[in-house]
Amino acid sequence: MSTLASPMVEPTIEPTEAWTLPSRGTVGMAALIVAESAIFTIFVVAYLYYIGKSVSGPTPREVLEVPIFFTICLLSSSLTIHFAGKSLEHNKRSAFLGWWLFTIVLGGLFMFGTAREWYRLIYEHGLTISTNLFGTTYYSLVGLHAFHVTVGLILLTLVLVFGLAGRVRHRHSARVDVLSLYWHFVDAVWVVVFTVVYVIGR
Amino acid sequence: MSSDVMAIPSLRPARQPWVEAAHEWITTVDHKRIGLLYIFYGLLFLVIAGVEALVIRIQLMFPHNDFVSPQVFNRLFTMHGTTMIFFVAMPVLFGFVNYLVPLMIGARDMAFPRLNAFSFWLTALGGALLYFSFIGGSGLYGAGNAPDFGWWAYAPLALKAFSPGHSSDYWTISLLVSGFGSIGTAVNVIATVLCMRCPGMHLGRMPLLAWLALTMAVLLILAVAPLSAAQLMLMVDRYLGGHFFDTQAGGSATLWMHFFWIFGHPEVYVLVIPCFAFVSEIVPVFSRKPIFGYPVMVAATVCIAFVSMSVWAHHMFTIGMNSYANGFFAITTMAVGVPTGIKIFNWLGTMWGGRIVLKTPMLFCIAFLFQFLIAGLTGIMMSSAPFDWQLSLSYFVVAHFHYVIVGGILFAIFGAFHYWYPKVTGRLMSETLGKWHFWLFVIGFHVTFDLMHIPGMLGMPRRIYTYDPGRGWDTLNLLVSLGAFIQAVAVLIFVWNLVFSYWKGKRAGNDPWDAWTLEWSVSSPPPAYNFATIPTVASRRPLWDLKHPEDPDCRYE
Repeated sequence: MSTLASPMVEPTIEPTEAWTLPSRGTVGMAALIVAESAIFTIFVVAYLYYIGKSVSGPTPREVLEVPIFFTICLLSSSLTIHFAGKSLEHNKRSAFLGWWLFTIVLGGLFMFGTAREWYRLIYEHGLTISTNLFGTTYYSLVGLHAFHVTVGLILLTLVLVFGLAGRVRHRHSARVDVLSLYWHFVDAVWVVVFTVVYVIGR
Repeated sequence: MSSDVMAIPSLRPARQPWVEAAHEWITTVDHKRIGLLYIFYGLLFLVIAGVEALVIRIQLMFPHNDFVSPQVFNRLFTMHGTTMIFFVAMPVLFGFVNYLVPLMIGARDMAFPRLNAFSFWLTALGGALLYFSFIGGSGLYGAGNAPDFGWWAYAPLALKAFSPGHSSDYWTISLLVSGFGSIGTAVNVIATVLCMRCPGMHLGRMPLLAWLALTMAVLLILAVAPLSAAQLMLMVDRYLGGHFFDTQAGGSATLWMHFFWIFGHPEVYVLVIPCFAFVSEIVPVFSRKPIFGYPVMVAATVCIAFVSMSVWAHHMFTIGMNSYANGFFAITTMAVGVPTGIKIFNWLGTMWGGRIVLKTPMLFCIAFLFQFLIAGLTGIMMSSAPFDWQLSLSYFVVAHFHYVIVGGILFAIFGAFHYWYPKVTGRLMSETLGKWHFWLFVIGFHVTFDLMHIPGMLGMPRRIYTYDPGRGWDTLNLLVSLGAFIQAVAVLIFVWNLVFSYWKGKRAGNDPWDAWTLEWSVSSPPPAYNFATIPTVASRRPLWDLKHPEDPDCRYE
């Protein structure tokens, strides 16, 4: 079927313009964030759908306290990680490490807040995941978010360890930014979870 | 054609010890090998799930048959459905996408080669877990248990009370694990198509296959992520005593149905969009014309993906939604027919006035066009809620979606096998065997699935294990089963063709079909690095430009 007289060579038509493509790290992370958003959406929908449908107590109003301080911690960590990224971009490595460590501390504080809240709910109010629908949806949604914060903290710590070993340099700036993208996402999800669980759900 | 100029001969020794070869395949991050692994894996499960289908059909051949017990029958249709969707159709399509996308956009590999390997092995683990339920389903005490709640796993049936033991847990974990694999693949495809294109390959110059793979990947993310979330909830219910779908504690069984079909319907398009892609590549080459209406094809595909996310509840008309919901989902479902119709029109437009070459890949594509049209028409019949109330859960529905999946998707996949086999192996598949395969499969397909509509309209419900004689279903069921065996013979011929042609097929050279996309510019099989120098393109048909320097496409685009 071939009608070629000459052997096949690679098509080489001269490029007439500069060729730039988006960074695959950013695109990959953005795609992952879309997937994660879809997962969270389903859990949020379930939470909203089941508000007030529990057949037994305790109810959210009785047991939930609004974690203002820890929310401020988590949300401000978005700011500190941004500063960390900017510092690395300007090749200020100690400033980068400082902001990065601060971010981890803030994230850690948030996790401490969640742990304390869960301890109180379980041991003082007897609310577990199997107690009622509120328990099921609350621990699933908040737990799913806490899981993402934990994964984020592990990744951040990994970068910190490399940073302390002097391995995170100016040229890694774009990669560090991909990780901060994930961290910003985790923070943004908390805004939704907070609104749904502590504002609408109470 | 003289032999390869560009391809540097493989430096690997001719005979490798099999341990080393196996080690290379298992640890590979090469997109072509991973693609082939996906395809082998899918074909293996095609045989397993095909045998399950045959057992189902033997059981339904005669009234009051007792070839298998009701319990086994329930397991069979559950495993058949789950396997065919998650471990046959998806892996095979991912395999093609993996193999072809980097070659077509002039890249050396996917954007994330290791993520690619990881995704494949997650999928592989998922399939293994699903079939391990046969052994470990009852916690190793009683052998021979598998999930038996149908592939939707509707709520009360999938919960502890009605599915004791671990068979359902294997099902859940299997789908969760392979779902993460699918999300990984989707992320990879998106990043590859957007970030790895060779110079000159604007979005508007990509082969349609790359465009459709991108659309499929986006849709896949939006479909599989909700399924994973729902599986997590089911696991919370089963393992931790949660109440998501437990109606006695205020939970809702309907919510599971919504979550499942939010995945389930877009999933159909995840499967069919790559098949549109194959047809969009094969039809122009065998009509000797460029694709008709490229921008419209892209727009229609994106439109299908978009609309398909708002049609899910047409699977749930019979649960009693209000008339607004029924109306909304009926209208959106009918609306999908519009962009799909545009695509069929454009394929016909491509063939119109072309010099059609009736080789096996083209035959499968032409059959695809007819059969996918009919499948779409029965779909539009059922999108009308009152009609659906009458025929939902009947064999009419079974016939409809098998018409889509077998008559549409599987035919396009067979076409793709015949079309790209020479690129993968360096040898052409036998045309004689291919035509036997095609005609037997067409006959078997129509005997089975055309006739299957009729018992559905006569009232035969799906998933029944046997039926009384004298309801007018007997002869039809016998014929349907016979058709299934004709299809099985055709598939055996296909498998034989795959094996036989690998050793004895005619040498293909780089470009046996005189095609126009970049994968045909490299040797067959392509070298590990794909392109010795990254090509530059100036039109949608770079190889046309190369073969016809006096009249290149780039002058007109």
